[in-house]
Amino acid sequence: MIWQLDLAILTLVIFTAIAAISVKDLLGCAILFGAYSFLMCLLWAIMAAVDVAFTEASVGAGVSTVFFVAAVFRTTRRTRD
Amino acid sequence: MSDLIPILVAKYNYWLYIVLMMIGLYAMIAKNNLVKKLVGMNIFQTSIILFYVSIGCKKGATIPIIQHGMAAGHHAIDPSHYVNPLPHVLMLTAIVVSVSTFGVALALAIKTYHQYKTLEEDEILARLRPR
Amino acid sequence: MKAAGLIIVLLTGGLLLYATQDFPPWGAPDSPASTHVSPRYLQKATEETAVPNIVTAVLADYRGFDTMFETTVIFCAGIGCFVLLRIFRQKPEDRYYRHIATEITLHIKGGRLPNKSREFERIDTLWTPYDLVIKTVCRILAPFIQLFALYVIAHGHHSPGGGFQGGVILGASIILIAISHNMRTAIARISEKVDNLLMAVGVFIYAGIGAVCVMLGAAFLDYGNLSVILFADEIMARSHGILGVEIGVGITVMAVMISIYNNLASAGKQDEGL
Repeated sequence: MIWQLDLAILTLVIFTAIAAISVKDLLGCAILFGAYSFLMCLLWAIMAAVDVAFTEASVGAGVSTVFFVAAVFRTTRRTRD
Repeated sequence: MSDLIPILVAKYNYWLYIVLMMIGLYAMIAKNNLVKKLVGMNIFQTSIILFYVSIGCKKGATIPIIQHGMAAGHHAIDPSHYVNPLPHVLMLTAIVVSVSTFGVALALAIKTYHQYKTLEEDEILARLRPR
Repeated sequence: MKAAGLIIVLLTGGLLLYATQDFPPWGAPDSPASTHVSPRYLQKATEETAVPNIVTAVLADYRGFDTMFETTVIFCAGIGCFVLLRIFRQKPEDRYYRHIATEITLHIKGGRLPNKSREFERIDTLWTPYDLVIKTVCRILAPFIQLFALYVIAHGHHSPGGGFQGGVILGASIILIAISHNMRTAIARISEKVDNLLMAVGVFIYAGIGAVCVMLGAAFLDYGNLSVILFADEIMARSHGILGVEIGVGITVMAVMISIYNNLASAGKQDEGL
């Protein structure tokens, strides 16, 4: 548990979160959301929560991004905000 | 100044988790697009999961997997050498449940799009309003 | 709306930031959350269940009820997606067939080819020519992903992993086939009926192990008494009980992930998709 590394990744997480809710394209939002989940997984690995990190890497960064892209494929990429 | 840094190191995590939670809550309230609202909901969820996991972590502790031979009886296990496993258990299931609820929410969004041909909240409300 | 939302968010965040000054410092070993229940788990779990990974032991044994109903929630999410999106009666749509030898595409309005022949293959509406590299690599990779998923489920006692992670990876291997080929190929591998049945079978295995414990005279999900039918001592019986439960969780999670993907990507027609 190195607090400098923790702080750096946590800052990146916050930037990715802001980018994910402010980007004007839903497909870009899906990819940014996948990156957000993966950074979150790193954060849990730092906190020694290996099981949670494993779950987030397979569920959050993997399957959830696929669901998101599938839903964007079936609806629209357009968003006004 | 020198006594400010320990306080900062001890508490900055909680502050950044709260900032993350505020981002999620803002997206849920103020964003106009339904899928953006769902992203906000997921950010909110992960910030709370982060908070729970961070409650369980201990400085200088290792992962909660006991080495072979350590449990044989002649070594007493010192709980302060292992991080707290209880929040991990609770949050592990919460992550998998969150992805399934995300799937159901996306299904609702697809249904809404088929009905109204848009995902923007104000356009849907304009269609719903009687003329 | 935006200004009101901002005010609400800042108010909530300010209150929470004010509350953080009562929290214990980050990573303190003597914080209240780490001094009450968890030391007992850390000290006794390996003796009582022969499982070195405490997270698995607590997940499937000490808090088995919790996990059982979480699995039920996932099952309900799969059923919910099915009920919301699935369309059974549909009018015949335009279909596209491709003659393999000459690469001529046929557009048949409101119907299908009269008899299925080997010379034609059905293609999606938004079809682009397949990249041979991607198709081959995904097909070769899928069995290895499935093998790794089985390892994750079976070795969850000694390393990070377990039913949830293994089930998701198993589901992801089928989703990979669906993305790299097309959805009909994946549905030919694991059909919708089998998939929906597996969703229920996983929960049934979990609850069934609990019911067997009751029949043997113990409490629900108390695996100690399974030693009578497993020919093992009580501690190893607990370990085997945890493995059985993890297999049930894995089956449900796998089936639900595949079902949700199929329904989302095809908008309920289970015909052509991403």
